[in-house]
Amino acid sequence: MFRWERSIPLRGSAAALCNNLSVLQLPARNLTYFGVVHGPSAQLLSAAPEGVPLAQRQLHAKEGAGVSPPLITQVHWCVLPFRVLLVLTSHRGIQMYESNGYTMVYWHALDSGDASPVQAVFARGIAASGHFICVGTWSGRVLVFDIPAKGPNIVLSEELAGHQMPITDIATEPAQGQDCVADMVTADDSGLLCVWRSGPEFTLLTRIPGFGVPCPSVQLWQGIIAAGYGNGQVHLYEATTGNLHVQINAHARAICALDLASEVGKLLSAGNSFAVTGYDLAEIRRFSSV
Amino acid sequence: MFNRKFMEELFKPQELYSKKALRTVYERLAHASIMKLNQASMDKLYDLMTMAFKYQVLLCPRPKDVLLVTFNHLDTIKGFIRDSPTILQQVDETLRQLTEIYGGLSAGEFQLIRQTLLIFFQDLHIRVSMFLKDKVQNNNGRFVLPVSGPVPWGTEVPGLIRMFNNKGEEVKRIEFKHGGNYVPAPKEGSFELYGDRVLKLGTNMYSVNQPVETHVSGSSKNLASWTQESIAPNPLAKEELNFLARLMGGMEIKKPSGPEPGFRLNLFTTDEEEEQAALTRPEELSYEVINIQATQDQQRSEELARIMGEFEITEQPRLSTSKGDDLLAMMDEL
Repeated sequence: MFRWERSIPLRGSAAALCNNLSVLQLPARNLTYFGVVHGPSAQLLSAAPEGVPLAQRQLHAKEGAGVSPPLITQVHWCVLPFRVLLVLTSHRGIQMYESNGYTMVYWHALDSGDASPVQAVFARGIAASGHFICVGTWSGRVLVFDIPAKGPNIVLSEELAGHQMPITDIATEPAQGQDCVADMVTADDSGLLCVWRSGPEFTLLTRIPGFGVPCPSVQLWQGIIAAGYGNGQVHLYEATTGNLHVQINAHARAICALDLASEVGKLLSAGNSFAVTGYDLAEIRRFSSV
Repeated sequence: MFNRKFMEELFKPQELYSKKALRTVYERLAHASIMKLNQASMDKLYDLMTMAFKYQVLLCPRPKDVLLVTFNHLDTIKGFIRDSPTILQQVDETLRQLTEIYGGLSAGEFQLIRQTLLIFFQDLHIRVSMFLKDKVQNNNGRFVLPVSGPVPWGTEVPGLIRMFNNKGEEVKRIEFKHGGNYVPAPKEGSFELYGDRVLKLGTNMYSVNQPVETHVSGSSKNLASWTQESIAPNPLAKEELNFLARLMGGMEIKKPSGPEPGFRLNLFTTDEEEEQAALTRPEELSYEVINIQATQDQQRSEELARIMGEFEITEQPRLSTSKGDDLLAMMDEL
């Protein structure tokens, strides 16, 4: 089902964060970009086919008030209709770069107004939805940025309320037609999932409650939500109804990442137990339909 | 170490210590007792502490178990000081405060704590002979992660797929081979003041007496400049140093009574070996200790001067009357 390819050495190690690998395929240029967080810096690597590394560079979180350099929570390439942006979230705010990571086009400082002194303030959870980029925050708010076809004129267009706990991950897929309306799902530290329809304004369609453990990683494929939880389980839900269809005891530790090959419907889960497990979602869906 | 003032400072919300800051606090703590260590043994002790702590954080089954590890540490300390009611009370008070502050945190918050702690330990791969011998660490310094044993409390043994219909009724079950050899968790560790913690991490590793060596050669090759902390003075480092000064001001020093001046701890087999180790320690693994000099606060400077007077230092302390710039200048010189 999966084939092990050649490994690519990074110059430094990856931080023990969830969803800590972003990949951008550029088939027209025969290039693949990788992005990994290492504490206060993000490592970007470009590689040719067969995994031959070409160039590596580092990006840092923008400084702000505080004693030490701010920690980065996530790095993610966002593929939009007319451009690709690289987004970095940290304990200070949100940075957006052109896809090669050289030009910063936007900086959004987080507002820590409501936070108590014991609360960590950060942005986490990044996904592209049409010409929007959605980014989650520590408060549970999801910030929606409207991205123009080119240039730095990026605008914060909406703040979505639906979560009370820090956002962990956001997943999107292109809308499947008029019937399949759910095209974004957001997850948080309590395990709550919110299912949305994108648009000039985003609409909350349904909520899937948690059960006492975080949901660090979530994916969306053809109306199926795949959610990985802190207790090592992967759940598959129907996005429009929120019904649980499949529950997998997948890992002996918390899940730290899910990845989806959307063209073939194959899912990978990785846990803190240092195992990687693969699933065929199409097969599971066939199996589980009544 | 458990006095209220020191604990108050520790419990304040704060960012992760820099490596320099932690090393400084550790060295002051070690020297605030009647124990004396020279540089080589101090380095070795610090390496050992760092790797043991990294092991405990990394291997916690659930992020919340980091708290159980802390309780294990404190339970063991209470065993050592059973006959000193004053300190016992302080430790109990610390346990109580831990429970109050951390007992109610969510799983997500503990996960953030664990991830942040692991940032401190990232790329540290010093080999510890006891870990190597017990096969919990490989020769490249990486820890061995178990693929058998009990799953964490709240997790099910992997290998089962359950399918449900629209009414929520289970309609099918499939088992699959997971590759590990796990069993269900027997019970949850206690987060009360007294109780069975269940978890063994954080308990006495020396229950059988054995010599402990730490090896730093070989691991230095992997320390690329990529991962070294920036040593350029950070204008906000002043804040951190002031915090450290307050922290150390909170340490009460008890002068040892009687003629015995204390004991010198040598973590090597002979004195010659200790000297040799100090000379051959790889450059990038040497710790830069910050010498905190007197700040403007009169009371603090007195306490700090008293703390520093407690032990030998090779150079005379320079008293500075200007503000943070001198602190930074001194950091540069180290």
